[in-house]
Amino acid sequence: MHIHFLDPYRPRASLIHRLDPRVKLVLTLAFIFTVSLLPFGAWPIYVLLLAASLSIIVASELGVMYVLKRAALAFPFVLAAAPLMFTMSGPALMTIPIGSTVIAISAAGFERFLSIAFKSWISVQLAIVLAASTPFPELLIAMRAIKLPRLLVAIFSLMWRYLFVLADETLRLMRARAARSGEAAGAKAGGSIAWRARVTGGMAGSLFIRSFERGDRIYAAMAARGYDGEIRALPLPPIDLSAKLTLGGGLIILAGVLGLALLVWP
Amino acid sequence: MLLLAPFIAPARMHIPDGFLSVAVSIGLWVLSAIAIAYALRRVSGDLDERKVPLMGVLAAAIFAGQMLNFAVAGGTSGHLMGAAIATILLGPWAAILVMTSVVGVQALIFQDGGLLALGGNIFNMGVIGVFVSYFVYRTLLRVLGERAVSVHVSGFAAAWSSIVVAALAVALQLALSGTSPANIAIPAMALVHAVIGLGEGLITLGALAFVHATRRDLLQLGQAQPRGGRLVWAGGLILALALVVLSPLASSHPDGLEWVAEQQGFLEAAQGPTYEIIPDYVLPGVSDEALATILAGVVGVVIVFAVAVSIAYTRRRRASTAS
Repeated sequence: MHIHFLDPYRPRASLIHRLDPRVKLVLTLAFIFTVSLLPFGAWPIYVLLLAASLSIIVASELGVMYVLKRAALAFPFVLAAAPLMFTMSGPALMTIPIGSTVIAISAAGFERFLSIAFKSWISVQLAIVLAASTPFPELLIAMRAIKLPRLLVAIFSLMWRYLFVLADETLRLMRARAARSGEAAGAKAGGSIAWRARVTGGMAGSLFIRSFERGDRIYAAMAARGYDGEIRALPLPPIDLSAKLTLGGGLIILAGVLGLALLVWP
Repeated sequence: MLLLAPFIAPARMHIPDGFLSVAVSIGLWVLSAIAIAYALRRVSGDLDERKVPLMGVLAAAIFAGQMLNFAVAGGTSGHLMGAAIATILLGPWAAILVMTSVVGVQALIFQDGGLLALGGNIFNMGVIGVFVSYFVYRTLLRVLGERAVSVHVSGFAAAWSSIVVAALAVALQLALSGTSPANIAIPAMALVHAVIGLGEGLITLGALAFVHATRRDLLQLGQAQPRGGRLVWAGGLILALALVVLSPLASSHPDGLEWVAEQQGFLEAAQGPTYEIIPDYVLPGVSDEALATILAGVVGVVIVFAVAVSIAYTRRRRASTAS
């Protein structure tokens, strides 16, 4: 059993897939940055950016439902902002009687909560498009291009290379635990929580020891191929003109939208 | 309890985009960048080329190890964040880089945490998690001596406190950004993660016990202090103290909730029952409320440490009389 399903990349031949990964990464970050700079309650701008993000999703041929479904998975955190509805001062939007007490929802708090949820939602959509339309090795190129430290990029690349191997290892450990755990209908399975945690801890421990030993073997293999502590990479390919234009155009549009929003909703 | 519910559902610390204000995100990015840059210098300064593939593989192992879980009760389960075990196995500097890679891939590939918020997530789980684990593990190990039991106790305490302090940091950042009121977010996050931290602590303990029994040579931190270790130790102490002291200060400030509470008169109903030893986290007899809250927090931390240490000592004595 191999878990390739971990990799979110979905190959298509769309415009978005063909765009230079460096441009894609920078534009995605700029989009998310713009969204978080937007003032609370700038609804027309939010809808505008939602339209932009939906058209990017359509252009990427990933399937709108696929992206929205994944975006929903990231949603539960929104609840962390929910108390705002009850705690911000201002006129009450409505009151809910619960038993003997009455809870008031403030209008300002409600608007802020909705704004946070909406902003978070559009941001995650573009992050999903980036991950699903760019193979990880291309993201590594983008990371090098935005001048992340080489050692860090090297760790990222090694991590990605062995992620699936170790995920398989983990699944094997879990299958082994399932295989040796008896289960009878009606009877309480397993020991105390502390015992179960210790079993899981043992699995984690053996996962780490196997990883250490694998790391040693990988080092030996790398040393045999001439590794001297320096990770070398091919020079970055040049960025073509259309990618440069996309980058410039995208940044100008985002700056314009942001300027408009800050002008109208001070 | 109704207002606590939101914090139980997303029982995780990865902050998505849109929840941190731009100023807070950028500030945390800067702090993380400084920590990462220093860690990179330390790791490449040590010239331990063997460590590079090892860090990559261990980052993958921590990522995969987060799939390991065990049933607790009612459909919830405990699982691993990994900062403590990474710190204990690799030393603090390499652990910061490993946790940065883990949190980075989670954000970039699986949208577990936002991209702009990534600086904050790296800071909470990488920097705070590692520094606090190091401080607690190192200190307890020094106090308790080098024995199997003390390795277990120190590992458990390091994992638990790394989770709780990181959760306090998340709550404080949300409150600073104006996305979650401090007087709800901070106690709720602290309470929920004090329980979640037990799962982290137990798994870390199990993993450490296993490694200690089979490959004791891997537990580097039990031996010589790594270079720059004193800095990490002091950093962990300062971060833990600052967050433990700041949080009650922030949450004791009356803001929005009071308004609703006064208006609806459920303030009296909400208070009272839960805390018994230190009522309302405020010490009796100290007039300044903020000061009293801080003192109460410090006393609480000291009590937890005292319990951990005394358990370890009694077990040690029993072990030595038995043998």
